[in-house]
Amino acid sequence: MGMGQDNLNKVNQVMEASVVIVGGGPAGLAAAVRLYDRGVTDLLILERENKLGGILKQCIHDGFGLTRFGESLSGPEYADRFIQEVKQRNIRFITDTTVIQITPDHDVYAAHRDGLLHVRARAVILAMGCRERTRGALAIPGTRPAGVLTAGVAQAYMNLQNRMPGKKIVILGSGDIGLIMARRLTLEGAHVLGVFEINPIPSGLPRNIQQCLNDYGIPLFLSHTVTDIRGTDRLQEVVVSKVDEKLQPLAGTEKVYACDTLILSVGLIPENELTIGAGAELCPQTGGAYVDEWYQTTVPGLFAAGNVLHVHDLVDFVSLEAETMAEGVVRYLNGALPNASIALRCGKNIGHTVPQKISGTENVVVTLRVRAPQKDAEIVIRQGKAMVARKRVRNALPANMIEIHLLKDQLTGGQDLEVSVND
Amino acid sequence: MIKEMTCVVCPNGCLLQVEYEKQGDQVAIQRITGNLCKRGLEYARQEMVSPRRTIASSILVEGGSMPLVSVRTSGPIPKAMIFPVMAEIRKCSVKAPVQAGTVLIPNVLDLGVDIIATRTVE
Ligand SMILES: Cc1cc2nc3c(=O)[nH]c(=O)nc-3n(C[C@H](O)[C@H](O)[C@H](O)COP(=O)(O)OP(=O)(O)OC[C@H]3O[C@@H](n4cnc5c(N)ncnc54)[C@H](O)[C@@H]3O)c2cc1C
Ligand code: SF4
Repeated sequence: MGMGQDNLNKVNQVMEASVVIVGGGPAGLAAAVRLYDRGVTDLLILERENKLGGILKQCIHDGFGLTRFGESLSGPEYADRFIQEVKQRNIRFITDTTVIQITPDHDVYAAHRDGLLHVRARAVILAMGCRERTRGALAIPGTRPAGVLTAGVAQAYMNLQNRMPGKKIVILGSGDIGLIMARRLTLEGAHVLGVFEINPIPSGLPRNIQQCLNDYGIPLFLSHTVTDIRGTDRLQEVVVSKVDEKLQPLAGTEKVYACDTLILSVGLIPENELTIGAGAELCPQTGGAYVDEWYQTTVPGLFAAGNVLHVHDLVDFVSLEAETMAEGVVRYLNGALPNASIALRCGKNIGHTVPQKISGTENVVVTLRVRAPQKDAEIVIRQGKAMVARKRVRNALPANMIEIHLLKDQLTGGQDLEVSVND
Repeated sequence: MIKEMTCVVCPNGCLLQVEYEKQGDQVAIQRITGNLCKRGLEYARQEMVSPRRTIASSILVEGGSMPLVSVRTSGPIPKAMIFPVMAEIRKCSVKAPVQAGTVLIPNVLDLGVDIIATRTVE
């Protein structure tokens, strides 16, 4: 959303802060705590919803925090640990406040009940998370009955509002949230007819295929998609077809499933309208900002971490990333960060990397995803002919984020780097 | 014989191969491979004898700021007990306020595991 001059005149509250954090989910909270502990105490978190915690508020299943805390926590428990840390430090936060514009010189405008808020900051952290791809993004033909919703919305209905989305369920897409909802719906007495995935491999984690589908006998149909949606007021049936290698539906393979609910779990997209508005460049592979090893975007003083930067499957890594970013913010506030001019390019079977460029003055953890599954994969980073980092991964899957350590002493100069998977 | 299984203990989701012999009703495990850490061994052994899982759900709250409080089992329960435990969870309702960590159903169905709140509802 842009903001006209008229709106600017209505600004009725101006505040100052060293750092404004946009979004009070795990990324924003972890960044706030780390900044505070590094002496940057003049912080302000702005959160659109009425509570801190982000998407974790609705993720009541466990499996969070294994890396971070060594125990398996539910989403609300994990979030609560960070919320308590924020509260103990008396870090300022304002809820029910939606940031609507960020300028390249760190002016942040937000809408809240009492009007418009204008905050002048020295640095801004983007921690807005991601949103789900919807039916519109897929263009499935058919009618528009009630009963078609995304997995995250279904999760919010069930876990926050005590509303059951339906009784006979078809799930399109094998993303983790869809898998988790397949189990949740089954536990609550619904009948999940199947999960249909257009690609030949599942997009969710193997452990969720096991503990959410196989444990409950819910079938997974790979290379299948929904080709028609039928029903007038309420969804009555969906048509499912097999697809060929080009993901095109195969005529003659249609099967009709009578159901009252279709749940979409077809991907998450980083939420970057504000990022673009601030003038930061986006990376086409991640859908998030183009960043250096301090998670600084192409706009100086504008940083990003968490799902807004690239979609994570594990919140533990979101927290870690936000903390690393916070260290960069501290350095930025104490003087400019070194120029990052060494680009990381995606070579064979690499979907994306974060960061996309580095300075070469620091040891860096590069995060990446492979494009296609590969057993016994050797991931290598090359600079010209020299191999500067390598890592073996027994079973590299697009669903698993992979980390590889790049040591500055291994670098041979200022040439660009290529990341690829060896056969 | 060899059985393949995905370890669900952590997000790595290692694909484990369990070599075993059937001796009457018993299984004798000879070798477990594919695990990145030793928790995978324990998981595979348990899975061959009696699979266990932790489950999460929610319980109705009367007079709270939210209609539900999320809950989970304090430890894994036998897979066969998942639906009976869900039935117990569904029968239960509590009055606000509920503190995260509170035991809402102690020793559910005598399984030695509690149902605990995972969120505070005021
Ligand atoms: C539905 C779902 C299920 C998941 N399940 C698991 C799981 O089982 N295990 C696991 O480890 N990880 C899971 N994840 C991943 C993990 O939860 C996320 O990686 C983590 O929550 C991301 O944190 P975040 O802070 O980047 O984003 P979020 O948690 O999405 O937080 C972003 C916050 O920013 C706020 N915001 C957005 N725009 C604005 C604005 N303009 N102004 C003000 N505030 C704004 C939002 O309201 C939100 O509170 C799941 C993610 C999703 C989406
Ligand atoms: S074997 Fe260890 S590392 Fe692998 S999934 Fe199980 S717990 Fe995780």
